[in-house]
Amino acid sequence: MTAIAPSLAPAVAPAADTGGVNGVALTVLIFFFVIVAGAGFWAARWRRPESMESLEEWGLGGRSFGTWITWFLLGGDLYTAYTFVAVPAAMWAFGAVNGFFAVPYTIILYPIIFVFMSRLWSVSHRHGYVTPADFVEGRSGSRVLSLAVAVTGFLATMPYIALQLVGIQAVLEVAGVGGGNNWVAKDLPLFIAFLVLALYTYTSGLRAPAIIAFVKDILIYLVIIVAVIYLPSKVGGWGHVFDSAKEKMTTTTNPATGNPNVFIPGPKAYWAYGTLALGSALALFMYPHSITATLSAKSRNTIRKNASILPAYSFLLGLLALLGWVAIAAGTKPVGLDGKVNGQLVIPQLFEDMFPSWFAGVAFAAIAIGALVPAAIMSIAAANTFTRNIYKAWIKPDATVQQEAKVSKLTSLVVKAFALIFVLTLDKSNAINFQLLGGIWILQTFPALVFYLYTRWFHRWALLAGWAVGMVYGTVAAYNVTNKATGAPFAGSVANMPLIGQLGYIAVTAFAINVVVAAILTLVLRAAKAPEGKDATIPADYFAEAGDPRVEKLPVGPHELTPSA
Amino acid sequence: MSTTPHRHEAPPANKGLLALAGVLLAIPIVALLLVGTYAKDEPRVFGFPFFIWYQFVWVVLCSALTYTAYRIVLKARPHVPMSREGDSFDDDITREDGLR
Repeated sequence: MTAIAPSLAPAVAPAADTGGVNGVALTVLIFFFVIVAGAGFWAARWRRPESMESLEEWGLGGRSFGTWITWFLLGGDLYTAYTFVAVPAAMWAFGAVNGFFAVPYTIILYPIIFVFMSRLWSVSHRHGYVTPADFVEGRSGSRVLSLAVAVTGFLATMPYIALQLVGIQAVLEVAGVGGGNNWVAKDLPLFIAFLVLALYTYTSGLRAPAIIAFVKDILIYLVIIVAVIYLPSKVGGWGHVFDSAKEKMTTTTNPATGNPNVFIPGPKAYWAYGTLALGSALALFMYPHSITATLSAKSRNTIRKNASILPAYSFLLGLLALLGWVAIAAGTKPVGLDGKVNGQLVIPQLFEDMFPSWFAGVAFAAIAIGALVPAAIMSIAAANTFTRNIYKAWIKPDATVQQEAKVSKLTSLVVKAFALIFVLTLDKSNAINFQLLGGIWILQTFPALVFYLYTRWFHRWALLAGWAVGMVYGTVAAYNVTNKATGAPFAGSVANMPLIGQLGYIAVTAFAINVVVAAILTLVLRAAKAPEGKDATIPADYFAEAGDPRVEKLPVGPHELTPSA
Repeated sequence: MSTTPHRHEAPPANKGLLALAGVLLAIPIVALLLVGTYAKDEPRVFGFPFFIWYQFVWVVLCSALTYTAYRIVLKARPHVPMSREGDSFDDDITREDGLR
């Protein structure tokens, strides 16, 4: 889930209280981690298929998950550890526009996906599509457009995986490990956590996060419910919490943007709040990992049923966001092991300050495990995208099902290794910047994916051009948002919207330009009689249900890139 | 129902019911994008500003509306199984059976 947290500028800390290692909390955390690792390896035997050596099994769990498993899986996938860390952190530092927009975002998300995801499920089921780019290629007959969608998905997912590590790091840092100057002490815990994750993802595929998601989601619900009942009473009740937040937000400004912080959005922030919610909602199910979790459902209507029960997580996220304001009332000082204020630590620090050690450990476990589920699904989705839409489409068209699975498994390891290196060697703000860009980029694949589910009116080259313009505009516009305090680029995700003249989410502006370019060029290309691609799908495909026959794959000829329907 | 073969076509649907489902789905989106209608502090409920509790209420409303839309959509376009070849729906294969 995209969380818009522009680099939470570290200020100079007052006398730092590093606290030292919290032994009890750390023990509880390790206990849960071991349980989860065991469950991850065991998952390979769960609903055991005849062979794990195909993307259908390894990458989509055999397309066999019912309503409840999908609910846990999607909940575990979309509401990531980084969200749980960054949304309250943004509330704590900058207020409602940066933080609470996550609530309307995850409300309007579900009516939106209700409309089109079942069509994508049906056509993917019929044709064996595993990634969004698979569908785009089959529908448009354009390998280049499909490549554009695949590369965008891959690039947008990578920093997202890296940010899951940031979530684990935050927990470890507050628990008293993972900081300091010694390389081994600093990075080893994270390294071990990710190595174990990589191994069970390699052996169990999507079944591993599906099992672990149960543990994660139950822990998260438990922790948040306890936190919202227990914590406010300790700091003087909700009324006092909101008054403290109001006082902080109305008397401080965001050093990065120079804008005042926000308790409740004023008229100038309406567009920003609304477009952040809308743009993020449109974008979320363009990410390969969201689609992977959707396609693993066993029936067309699983996702629709889920659209009405997944908002339970949105409720949770809203409560969690408010914990950022509880931390204001509690006077939480999120000071890192390096002695600097780091907003990302505010929730773990609040838990450590206010809960008994053992329950702080449970809360840390919830966040850390919360990072493992999406990291696993994202790496699987990125690996599937690479395998299907780059390796098979461009390098080895005659790859067998077994070879596909092999490549995908290896890629999932490479992707995670890359994320680890990214986080360990580069400054965290790079991951956050790329994540912000990723949200802008991924929305530019919306026309190719969603419009094609309904119509082939748009010309494939026009969609490609619209995508390119949207990508360039979005990147440039995001680069131009400079940090007023440090002068660094990529300081936020809102900028002035042309014509409307208000601050709005850059992704939405880029998307609007994308659609306009695609529509105009379609008219031009039609007038010029540019060649249409071959459509591998038929209208009936978009209504197929689990029992309906699947399109047989024919041997692929040298000039034919998709087996014909 | 039409007597022409509907190979390559969508299963028949009640368009009115589909439109109704569409309206139900659009309501929360419109309501929440009108930020000006709820960006205010008062009235507070149990200490929660209006801005906050109003959006929490929409989580529940949206869930209910989406579920209603789900029931309606199932009714509006019941699933029709496909033929074994997957290029038409079962309600016309009986007619074609003799030709195979």
